[in-house]
Amino acid sequence: MSHLAFVLLSYGISLAVLLGLVAWLLIDQRVQRMELQRLEAQGIRRRSQKAQET
Amino acid sequence: MNALFIRDFRLALRAGGGALVGILFFLAVITVVPFGVGPDLALLSRIGPAILWIGALLAALLGLDRLFQADREDGSLDLLVMAADRHMLSVTVLVKCLAHWTASVLPLVAAAPLLGLFMNMPPTAIGGTALTLLVGTPAITLIGAVGAALAVSLPRGGLLVSVIVLPLTVPVLIFGVSAAYGATAKGAPFLAPFLILAAITLFFAVIGPLAAAAALKLSTD
Amino acid sequence: MSETTAQPLKLLDLANPARFLSLAGMLLPWLAGLSALVLAIGLTMSINAPDDYQQGMTVKIMFIHVPFAWLSMMCYTLMALAALGTLVWRHPLADVCAKAAAPIGAAFTALALITGSLWGKPMWGTWWVWDARLTSVFVLFLMYLGIIALSRALDDPAKSARAAAVLTLVGFVNIPIIKFSVDWWNTLHQPASVLRAGGSAIDPSLLWPLLVMALGFTLLFFTLHMMAMRNEIWRRRVIAMRRMAARKADQSEAQPA
Repeated sequence: MSHLAFVLLSYGISLAVLLGLVAWLLIDQRVQRMELQRLEAQGIRRRSQKAQET
Repeated sequence: MNALFIRDFRLALRAGGGALVGILFFLAVITVVPFGVGPDLALLSRIGPAILWIGALLAALLGLDRLFQADREDGSLDLLVMAADRHMLSVTVLVKCLAHWTASVLPLVAAAPLLGLFMNMPPTAIGGTALTLLVGTPAITLIGAVGAALAVSLPRGGLLVSVIVLPLTVPVLIFGVSAAYGATAKGAPFLAPFLILAAITLFFAVIGPLAAAAALKLSTD
Repeated sequence: MSETTAQPLKLLDLANPARFLSLAGMLLPWLAGLSALVLAIGLTMSINAPDDYQQGMTVKIMFIHVPFAWLSMMCYTLMALAALGTLVWRHPLADVCAKAAAPIGAAFTALALITGSLWGKPMWGTWWVWDARLTSVFVLFLMYLGIIALSRALDDPAKSARAAAVLTLVGFVNIPIIKFSVDWWNTLHQPASVLRAGGSAIDPSLLWPLLVMALGFTLLFFTLHMMAMRNEIWRRRVIAMRRMAARKADQSEAQPA
């Protein structure tokens, strides 16, 4: 029955890593969004769409 | 191109005894191994070719990060890149690699038979290992040139070069060691892995300078 | 695979990052929902799948292990295509694509290694074998880490993207060599350990859950990748705006004096 442990462990680790990845992306998304809003509230506007590529 | 080769060769020999330090590092790595695995002579003679190859690989990586960095610091790298319309930049990189190999890797190959004696290897194994090192180490230098060119503008690129280059040298190591074993072991072939090793070296003699030249161009513009 | 080939075309159409952002905002909820749905179906199918008569229930690990391994290769191919886009067309979205894909690819490769080793322990009795496939995947993992390290090492995003693109392409040249050479090396030195049966030998009762899971994970990958790309575009925008704010502050300080 130890085989069940291996199966559960592998599924568990995969779930944990994937959830970690999703959480990192969501947190990153939130941070960038807040920062964008804060900067826009200060009245800073990008002069053109190309500005972020410089 | 001849002048560049001679200049780089002289500089590499002069800069802090580069070749000597490389050999000393190689010697230190080989000396540490028996302390790690125990002084069993039979075991040492069996793993000897592998140890020599790994030691040579590490020692060859040691000086690689200086390949372009010294030139960048004194500004001659910009001149070399600007002269690209007269001499193709890839050829310049290839010549620099050859000079680096002759100055700091060839002594390692010359020292390998002596260290093979320490490892209690039979003469055929020593000969085979030295021959594969001679053919295989240029590939390491050429791959390393790509890493050095990528990291040339980094302030502390030395460690990063090793991290980037080591995975790419895996095929060289595999075929080098298997050819070296083929020289002694009964059932194992020698010629086939040896020829593949030579093919890898020639292959990277094309790919390596091209990629390194592209990376250098990107880092300067 | 059709999605892989469609990606560069889509990127060329979306020359404008802003248009990409609006498209991503529109597509993301659907992609996320679809991948969750397909993964849920795949999970129930794989739970209900019969046990293999030789491998027992550990065959269930296959349903996640094989998709992870497949995606680790596909992600590298995608990065190599993006690297071509960076070097040939100098397209800014291609940098973003490659940079966003690297950590996700590394995560999938790590998962493929972990689940493979958890499958190997009960089946082969060892966590790790230095055989062809394991070694080449491990080298792939190392290359992912090298690319991530290089693309984070330089301050200028455009420069680091081009450096990482060169490395990605050189590494892509190396992948077939590694695969081929380690196969060769393996047959030379140790008797090949019996890996899983080839694709055609899999019974349909096991094959269908595997295919559904592979589709689900592929969808999940594209969802994550799109999220990461959007984050990266926003991050660059924030950096540009901060620079602009600093410039503005500088000017307003200079004027009253």
